[in-house]
Amino acid sequence: MAFTRTDAVATTGRPAAKVSPAPGRRRSGRWTALAFLAPLVVYLLVFYAYPLYRNIELSVHDYTPRAFVQGDPEFTGLDNYRAVLSDDAFLAALRNTAVFTLVSIALQYALGLALAVFFQRGFRLSAVLRAMFLVPWLLPLIVSASTWSWMLNSDNGIVNAFLRAFGIGQINWLTSPGTALLSVTVANIWLGIPFNLVILYAGLQNIPASLYEAAGLDGANAWQRFWRITFPLLRPVSAITLLLGLIYTLKVVDIIWIMTRGGPADASATLAIWSYREAFGTGQPDFSPAAAVGNLLILIAFAAGLLHVRLQRKEGSS
Amino acid sequence: MTRPSFSARAAAFGTALLSLAALTACASAPAPGASAAPAADANTYTWWDPYPQHDASSAWAKRVDTCGQQAGVTIKRTAYDTTALTNQALLAGQEGNAPDVILLDNPAVSTLADAGMLATMDEFGLDTARFDKNLIAAGELDGKTYGIPIGANTLALYYNKKILDAAGVDPASIKDWASLGAALKKVKAAGKKPITFAAIGTEEGSFQFLPWFWGAGGKLTELDSPQAAEALGLWNSWLKDGLAPNSVLSNSQNTTWEEFLTGEFGFAENGTWQINSAAKAGFPTGIVQIPAKDGGVAPTPTGGEFITVPVQKDAKRYTATKKIVECMTTPEGLVETGTTFAYYIPSTAEGQQAILAKEPSLKPWVEAVRSAKGRTSDNLGTKYPKISEALWTAVQKALSGSAAPADALKDAQAKAAQAVGG
Repeated sequence: MAFTRTDAVATTGRPAAKVSPAPGRRRSGRWTALAFLAPLVVYLLVFYAYPLYRNIELSVHDYTPRAFVQGDPEFTGLDNYRAVLSDDAFLAALRNTAVFTLVSIALQYALGLALAVFFQRGFRLSAVLRAMFLVPWLLPLIVSASTWSWMLNSDNGIVNAFLRAFGIGQINWLTSPGTALLSVTVANIWLGIPFNLVILYAGLQNIPASLYEAAGLDGANAWQRFWRITFPLLRPVSAITLLLGLIYTLKVVDIIWIMTRGGPADASATLAIWSYREAFGTGQPDFSPAAAVGNLLILIAFAAGLLHVRLQRKEGSS
Repeated sequence: MTRPSFSARAAAFGTALLSLAALTACASAPAPGASAAPAADANTYTWWDPYPQHDASSAWAKRVDTCGQQAGVTIKRTAYDTTALTNQALLAGQEGNAPDVILLDNPAVSTLADAGMLATMDEFGLDTARFDKNLIAAGELDGKTYGIPIGANTLALYYNKKILDAAGVDPASIKDWASLGAALKKVKAAGKKPITFAAIGTEEGSFQFLPWFWGAGGKLTELDSPQAAEALGLWNSWLKDGLAPNSVLSNSQNTTWEEFLTGEFGFAENGTWQINSAAKAGFPTGIVQIPAKDGGVAPTPTGGEFITVPVQKDAKRYTATKKIVECMTTPEGLVETGTTFAYYIPSTAEGQQAILAKEPSLKPWVEAVRSAKGRTSDNLGTKYPKISEALWTAVQKALSGSAAPADALKDAQAKAAQAVGG
């Protein structure tokens, strides 16, 4: 799987490279070409293909710490996957992952798009304001996640202090099973808006102003201009933004880990958190099930990617 | 047109997918060649410890250097944080270039010993009989000893004397759960927050819960016992009655301590390592031992590092390693370590006498350490981390209200039994 995707990048990434060398050209030319290609190939093998291979290898063996050190793990085939899929925690984690990911990307996209359209009008100070919206992106995650968890603290958090001013009682944002997932999702949406804003804003620059002028002459109002021009012409950019958002959000570990550790109990544990916890969250590393969960995540992202490519191709041909 | 070509899209997709693959993979697979190279030099010995807060100029680093000089070698010290240290050690073991000495957090000793990475203290001809049985137990697996505790710490209840005086609570009256409960209610009636502790969903949560769990007569092999339910019921009732803040569910031990230092809390469950900080607090503090349910002192879990010696290909290296280990574990050496850190209680009776002669105020801590119990003791060894995970999950479930204490513990027992293989 890794190899085919790697090839796809290497070849389809540069269609112009298809020009074949003139026949009778000296062999050394080909060697030179290979030599130029070698760093890229080595890089891809070492940093992409090997880790992926290793991840699959970990997941089909039983790597206890002992087996890990001794290098003699028992081959267990798909047992790790079976154990993961039949675990009670799996369905809960899958559900949490789905809610976390879908709600995150939907709202990130909607808010990012709204802001992008808003800033496109280029009013005074819009550049400054736009820059300020990028702050969540610039802050180290440990800082923003810790800040969120302070703000949402049950007893001393500023959010609860604010609500108290309106006579609303204490809400245990991060420590009650009903709200923990919601809280980390809100924090993640805040983190993801800048990314969506930047990409969609760039996409908006590519829509010719003449279309808006023509629409204006035809008497289209702002609402119609958005739904008839902006949104349809932005579709390819939107699609790739959503796909990237999906992949980034599926693998989010840090913000949830810092805010709730996936808790209370498993209330905010996503598949990525589950994988991380198995491998590094306890006193005893359990690499095999962790790798199995990680591979399932890759499969989910892969499926979403295939769907994306398929939809694009269909649209391209129609 | 404005549309990216199909191939560009495929490329973007492929790249994104691969970056996901790389990320999940590096979360579980070692990057090739990532581990530290062994000291090629026969006179340089490598040393790993979990104290990154002590840099090269610290008293601790100098102490390590001195032990190296006495053994006639140079020590190259590397510090990792506690969890990273275990993972690094496993990687180094896999690559066959483990350091000469590792100071390991005590629950990790049995994990590495079980992996076949550690030499036994017998092979070194080191006498382990002089160390306190309850402390060295964490380094024992199947009758063999794989390390020596260079000191120990444990938990007790710190109190804010100002608040207790104002509420009319005499700390000496706290003998069992009932008297503790009465004291907490008095503090609440006086308008202050009674107690804080750490019930976070990590090892720290289990560590803090164990004194109550063991103090009720609970056993780690039987998480669903009525005794266990009583202990969890106690914590649960504190949250319900407003005696402890709800944020204990996400509190680490450090956060708990920060809360206590605000001067708003009557009691805080915390460890030996806060002695200095407590002395510097803006209010007078003291400690009481954590009471068992029906009176007496509850067994508290031991914390602290073991000095361990990973197996080396070149057996000649052991001669100097043995001298280093001895230097760290003589009675004088233990006292020196204890005072260097200001929070370590020596692991031998002789060492404890010596440190008390220097610092009489450590007496309650010495007593607490003497009645403490290793988490991996009772030959639980590598099963402990699994049991502990089930236990802290049960604590989280009960305190967050997603399950009743008894039900949460029933699930925990089932999960633990499954994880340790029946």
